[in-house]
Amino acid sequence: MLEINNVHKTFNKGTINEKPALQGVDLHLNPGDFVTIIGGNGAGKSTLMNAVAGVWPVDEGSVVIDGENITGYPEYRRAKLLGRVFQDPMTGTAATMEIQENLALAARRGERRGLSWGISKEEKEQYHEMLKILDLGLEDRMTTKVGLLSGGQRQALTLLMASLKKPKLLLLDEHTAALDPKTAAKVLELTGNIVEENELTAMMVTHNMKDAIRMGNRLVMMHEGRIIYDVEGEEKKKLHVSDLLEKFEQASGGEFANDRMMLA
Amino acid sequence: MNLLALNPMTLFSALPGNIAQGMIWGIMAIGVYMTFRLLRFSDLTVDGSFATGGAVAVMLIINGVPAPAALLVSFCTGMLAGLVTGLLHTAFGIPDILSGILSQIALYSINLRIMDGKANQAVSVDKYFLVVSLRNIPRSLIVGGCIALAVILVLYWFFGTELGSAIRSTGCNPAMSMAQGININATKVLTLALSNGLVALSGALLAQYQGFSDVNMGRGAIVIGLAAVIIGEVMGEALIGKRLNFFGRLLFVVVGGIIYYIVVGLVLWMKMPSNDLKLFTAIIVAIFLAVPYLREKSRNSYAKAAKKGAK
Repeated sequence: MLEINNVHKTFNKGTINEKPALQGVDLHLNPGDFVTIIGGNGAGKSTLMNAVAGVWPVDEGSVVIDGENITGYPEYRRAKLLGRVFQDPMTGTAATMEIQENLALAARRGERRGLSWGISKEEKEQYHEMLKILDLGLEDRMTTKVGLLSGGQRQALTLLMASLKKPKLLLLDEHTAALDPKTAAKVLELTGNIVEENELTAMMVTHNMKDAIRMGNRLVMMHEGRIIYDVEGEEKKKLHVSDLLEKFEQASGGEFANDRMMLA
Repeated sequence: MNLLALNPMTLFSALPGNIAQGMIWGIMAIGVYMTFRLLRFSDLTVDGSFATGGAVAVMLIINGVPAPAALLVSFCTGMLAGLVTGLLHTAFGIPDILSGILSQIALYSINLRIMDGKANQAVSVDKYFLVVSLRNIPRSLIVGGCIALAVILVLYWFFGTELGSAIRSTGCNPAMSMAQGININATKVLTLALSNGLVALSGALLAQYQGFSDVNMGRGAIVIGLAAVIIGEVMGEALIGKRLNFFGRLLFVVVGGIIYYIVVGLVLWMKMPSNDLKLFTAIIVAIFLAVPYLREKSRNSYAKAAKKGAK
């Protein structure tokens, strides 16, 4: 479903701040794979997400989704294939627009936007049912401006929006990191349900190793712009946080003890 | 100043003219509303494109083109001006205010060329058919009102469509819009073009109304537009409150323009120096723009915190 082939990206090339963020990443996902990505700060997790999402062009290598080579597509053109949820709950939704308007925007992801009405009556009914599943009471507030919702509510809405039009790939970039633990757990549970019900292929960056082990069928560890560990299936299920910490220590030569991952 | 020496009748008799002029400027203010509020783009092109609209309309009319057709051409010329600003911003990465200023300054020369190198060109209502004129204020009120209402209705529809929603989301959250597959450069350019089209249409109406176009007629237009937008918002929210929908907002922008010109009429009636008018306008707009910020700050001020913390 997703093929990342030998992707390189260096920021601020040729300056004193040169930062080789991705140094030849290869990752192939099968349809239905749900991979969690962990790694220390600056390991290249979010950079890898952005390379797939097309926030900027990569220096080298290719990104192929479902047989379509999207390496040369700008961000808005890739959107037809991707559902995205961001770290900042404010990023995924339009604050001054109504809940139902946000959903209607997402329902037209990747389609030509013409002069037909922005939201139909059938859609409203459909959204009402979908919002009920979130169990946040949003179904009765469909004309409320999204800016009035809490971070957790907005993140749940973003998740719904990302999966409304079934994406080939769902990108979750530390999407629970800015939420309180209780809300984070709820959003994570919702993530699992949505991925499962829609049989989505998904990538999730996280700083929480327990979540990384618990969620999905595959786990990838990054360090200094490379994938240093890739595990799936039964082997992944048997992992413990201590195993991952050990891996990190090996990779980073002991420095890892100071990393904020320890706190997770 | 002796207020008793002023004749209330002259104020009253000037009122319909002020309203007509305010309506025409209200159409311009709707264009400003589109960029300033919906797109969150401070577009200074309007000072130039307003005069362009006037220049194009007058030159076409005195060369035998029917006035309604001249209005249409003015609209399209304004769109072109907006297109240039949009491309300067999106294709060449020039900051929004600067892109507008570049277009505006370029339009000054272009407007002079349109007007055969003259700073102003007259169009007499005695010689040509004009859609509005200060010599026929009742008709100007009806025609101006109909055009303003038509613009509001079309925009109310347009911003409810898929494309219009995409423009609104572009202004609100560009990152989210791109993630939803919206080409935000395209939506920005389109909005700027439409906005300046309306501004030029308004300029074309004003030139006919006053009977001439002037290369300086757009000077400070952005501030008048903002004044109308803000006065309209404050009034709309005060009178209708939370039930103020998008249609109401657009309507109140035009109302804002009318009120602005009624106030201008009042100021002139009180024999205040008309040269100071732009100063007054700037002060009023600055105050209204500052109020929401200051209100928020007074709720959340360090001085307040210090007072509480000192106890």
